[in-house]
Amino acid sequence: MEFKEKLLASHLAFEEQIDFSDPVHQTRLESLKTFEKKGFPSRKDEAWKYTSLNALTRQDYALFPKTETTIELKKVKKYFLYEIDTYKVVFIDGVYSPFLSDTTHDGLDVCLMSAALSKAKYRKLIDTYFNKTTDKEDSLTALNTSYSQEGAYVYIPKSVVAEKPIEVIHFSTGKEKALWLQPRNLIVVDQNAQVQIIERHQSLKSHDVVTNAVTEIYAHQDAFVDYYKIQNDLPTASLIDNTYIAQEKNSSVSVHTFSLGGKLIRNNLNFYLNGQHCHSTLKGVTLLQDQQHVDHYTLVDHASPNCESHQDYKGIFSQGSRGVFNGKIYVDQLAQKTNAFQQNNNLLLDDQATVNTKPQLEIFADDVKCSHGCTVGQLDEDALFYLQSRGIPKKEAKALMTYAFANNVLESVELPILKKRINKLIAEKLGVNLGFDL
Amino acid sequence: MAYTEEELKKELETKEYEYGFYTDIDAETFPVGLNEEVVRRISKKKNEPEWMTDWRLKAFEAWKNMDEPEWANVKYKKPNYQAISYYSAPKKKDQYKSLDEVDPELLKTFEKLGISLDEQKKLAGVAVDIVMDSVSVATTFKETLAEKGIIFCSISEAIQEHPELVQKYIGTVIPIQDNYFAALNSAVFSDGSFCYIPKGVRCPMELSTYFRINQAGTGQFERTLVIADQSSYVSYLEGCTAPSRDENQLHAAVVELIALDNAEIKYSTVQNWFPGDKNGKGGVYNFVTKRGICHKNSKISWTQVETGSAVTWKYPSCILKGDNSIGEFYSIALTNNFQQADTGTKMIHLGKNTKSTIISKGISAGKSQNSYRGLVQVHPRATNARNFSQCDSLLMGNQCGAHTFPYIEARNKTAQIEHEATTSKIGEDQIFYCNQRGIDPEKAIALVVNGFSKEVLNKLPMEFAVEAQKLLEISLEGSVG
Repeated sequence: MEFKEKLLASHLAFEEQIDFSDPVHQTRLESLKTFEKKGFPSRKDEAWKYTSLNALTRQDYALFPKTETTIELKKVKKYFLYEIDTYKVVFIDGVYSPFLSDTTHDGLDVCLMSAALSKAKYRKLIDTYFNKTTDKEDSLTALNTSYSQEGAYVYIPKSVVAEKPIEVIHFSTGKEKALWLQPRNLIVVDQNAQVQIIERHQSLKSHDVVTNAVTEIYAHQDAFVDYYKIQNDLPTASLIDNTYIAQEKNSSVSVHTFSLGGKLIRNNLNFYLNGQHCHSTLKGVTLLQDQQHVDHYTLVDHASPNCESHQDYKGIFSQGSRGVFNGKIYVDQLAQKTNAFQQNNNLLLDDQATVNTKPQLEIFADDVKCSHGCTVGQLDEDALFYLQSRGIPKKEAKALMTYAFANNVLESVELPILKKRINKLIAEKLGVNLGFDL
Repeated sequence: MAYTEEELKKELETKEYEYGFYTDIDAETFPVGLNEEVVRRISKKKNEPEWMTDWRLKAFEAWKNMDEPEWANVKYKKPNYQAISYYSAPKKKDQYKSLDEVDPELLKTFEKLGISLDEQKKLAGVAVDIVMDSVSVATTFKETLAEKGIIFCSISEAIQEHPELVQKYIGTVIPIQDNYFAALNSAVFSDGSFCYIPKGVRCPMELSTYFRINQAGTGQFERTLVIADQSSYVSYLEGCTAPSRDENQLHAAVVELIALDNAEIKYSTVQNWFPGDKNGKGGVYNFVTKRGICHKNSKISWTQVETGSAVTWKYPSCILKGDNSIGEFYSIALTNNFQQADTGTKMIHLGKNTKSTIISKGISAGKSQNSYRGLVQVHPRATNARNFSQCDSLLMGNQCGAHTFPYIEARNKTAQIEHEATTSKIGEDQIFYCNQRGIDPEKAIALVVNGFSKEVLNKLPMEFAVEAQKLLEISLEGSVG
């Protein structure tokens, strides 16, 4: 049986596990129909021209883990930002782990999607927000919606500043040989509220795991959202990340994506600027080796005037890795005085690596400032020579320059501890100890 | 009382296409429709050898199994390919020795266009191969060129007289099954130009052809083949104006350039087909396939000024096959009213040390849509490939759109690729500054647009640059607001 057929057929089994009366069930059924109609995207679709899911969808996956698993904290401690206090929502093979988590309802809600779906007091919020920003025609998002049940639910009420960052971590243990996960996150940040969120997907053992995640973020007037995606998984893990962000007046949202490992990563990052004077930042560092594949597919939809968006993606590729960047800026006819900037720089470190990039502008308003720049190249030989002539070994010199190349993105990371972590990770990937505290 | 901007706008809106006239010449036209028989008849009409007929039939076979492409960022009503006449030739098709023998009606047409033949002959040293509805009627300067061994004639003539050259090169850069429109052209092309520059020869003059669609209801299927043999140089000009016509006309041309080792080809186009009236009615569909192949150390340079056509679908490309070869693309695409343009280039880097430059300037006004679509591809073998692309868009008014779709594919670590794009509008202070100095808004905009396009205009040969500048002004009339 093809995997698509299995997904369609297993929905009945899924329905047995959930509460039929929850408010989103109709949406689930409609989404399943969409997925049935559209199926998995193929390379014939313009949006998937450079990324093929064939290798992933040819296989068979378990959809529901058979047993609940617990893991000891000390084994996974290194994946947390243990140095600081954080709220945590942790899932193991798609199942919530109360032992590792640290949720709250004190002033703000950091809890589970399943809880939000089943409890009456969240009903109004779910009705207002669930599946409202997503692209209804996107088949992978529809697939996630049809199976949506578990994930993180975050609600920050008016004028509340979440004093601790929130970590959302998905572990996969490898108990199932092949696992298909579909977490669903909903984040609502009310007026003038602030939050920092770190999302991470991590497999603990080499096994085939595919995560098809959907995250919806609502930033209300004057809200501030700072979101980090850390993608440093094992070379057997794949991730399809669909993130939809709706911004209201004066809100500011920034998303940093660090793609440092994994088999296939596809980031669909969509920003909808619905109010005036919004501020959006999309940044990313991609550092790949081996046969890894990362595809950044971004959309910034300027639907209102006077907004500003800033994109900066750096890619460093070697050893048969493939990088794809497809950035689209859409400026509506109404969106006068838009200031949109997009930049994509790529370093190819050897001949086996490939970069495909397609920065797009679609502009329907005249009084705008839109620009994009895109480069593909290698490290400057002269600069490398300069460093070497000053006694820095070639490997370190190269690493230093590569690090400097990515630094633009790192600079805007607001959490010092996270910045330090990522610096360390990058140095590790480059195989050097940079010898200064980054 | 001062002449207000509103009045000016009104006047310009109602201004008709200046080059919209229709020449009444007896023409022999095939009945509408396309089938194998029509393809055979065209071939027979032109007295073509068998290999050519077979080639056309093969193309027709391929075309039948293809679908019209839909990926371009343009919307239009697909033409009914069975409602077009595929052949139309001025009836008196004997060769003329002097201008006196040419149909006076035809001469008048050229006069209206501002290219009087005798003037052209004396001036500037431009040899004009005039194509009017498919059949070449006058070729000048042929003898001067013949002395150097340069062959410059219509493609039908070339098929008769230099079959070995045509057979060797036709369809090598753009195979018959390349795309829908190229296949159609290959099957039914009626005429076009052929040019061969022998080894080591530098063509002493700019070669040029003027195409005009004339007969109502006929599609124009031009085929151009330019071959520059080793170490030769040629600069080729192509310019078009078409009369105003209500129904949409189809223009599906194919241009193939072959630059052998150390050769250089410069191909310039000024395109001003009828763009449709201010309500978006009528206009020419311009679906053109242009591609050149560069052998070792050679260079191909495309320059285009696109101001006309209701719908443009055009991507002059370079295949940089030989080591050290160079590809260039300079383009100005201007759209007004309801025009739509999806244009750009492809630079395929196959050889070592290949270089390409892309400068594209898009200007959209009125309710038009202007897209740049480009591909820069560096193959694994293409060490030290270098590309620089720049796409600037200028928007006038808030009802038009400017779009950029650049594809960049790098598979070699030594590749150096740069791409940048900007979008902006004409600054109010720039216009104000001009107004202050007594330049009216219309002229001021023309001035700014000219400045914006200068980089590309400079690449055009002198004679063309002047015409192109004028064209930009005419095309923008009525867009102030």
